Amino acid sequence: MSTFSRFLDPQAIVLRAEADTPEAVIRLLGGKLQALGRVHPSFVEAVIAREATMPTGLPLGTAFNVAVPHTDPEHVIAPSLALATFDTPVVFSNMEDPDEKLPVRVVFLMALNERKRQIEMLQQIAETIQRPGAVEALAGARTVDEVWAALDQTSFA
Amino acid sequence: MASPKVVLVACGTAVATSTVVANAIEEEMKARGIAVSIRQCKATEVPSLIDDVDLVVSTTPVPPGLKKPVITTLAFLTGIGKEDVIAQIERHLRA
Repeated sequence: MSTFSRFLDPQAIVLRAEADTPEAVIRLLGGKLQALGRVHPSFVEAVIAREATMPTGLPLGTAFNVAVPHTDPEHVIAPSLALATFDTPVVFSNMEDPDEKLPVRVVFLMALNERKRQIEMLQQIAETIQRPGAVEALAGARTVDEVWAALDQTSFA
Repeated sequence: MASPKVVLVACGTAVATSTVVANAIEEEMKARGIAVSIRQCKATEVPSLIDDVDLVVSTTPVPPGLKKPVITTLAFLTGIGKEDVIAQIERHLRA
């Protein structure tokens, strides 16, 4: 649990969120990180701009795709993670092929403040989304405890 | 001994994604006895760094006309098709 618990504040978790666009998702989660003092006010706009040109949707071959919006380190105060799940998917573009649209049910907004340093954050996300059923469990979580349970199974101390 | 092959790993911002990919390639090639030298950059920087590179691996589209092999893949993040991509990388680096 160490990596997620170190970076993911329970106050930056929004379950069954509602948003129409990636921009709305980034405003929702970025606002949480800003309220927690983790990112500069410039962070939200920077992530929105980056998502528009370099999208972060990751296709998992199921209806439960994920997205990992992030931006350059200068907008970040302390390395952090925010998480949202959606009952109604939000359409993100595929990182590998921006013309392809992906219905996304789980978003990890990453605030990284040093190049190559918080690698374990994305590494841990990658391990989680590669575990069969993990994204479905996250998307179905109704409490923060259920989120931790879904994340915990792949985490190492 | 031949000098290590150079792999240029690119992603959108060169913060996180390319590091995950770089670490995975380094580990997988080491396990196969292939020495690699890995560099990381933003996708937009690839054309200016391409000269002494043997292979480009990117998670996001790179500018066209690079004259070097390019593999665009999310396999190191999503796990989908990972063994195929590792085999492709190995083939390019053994060539």
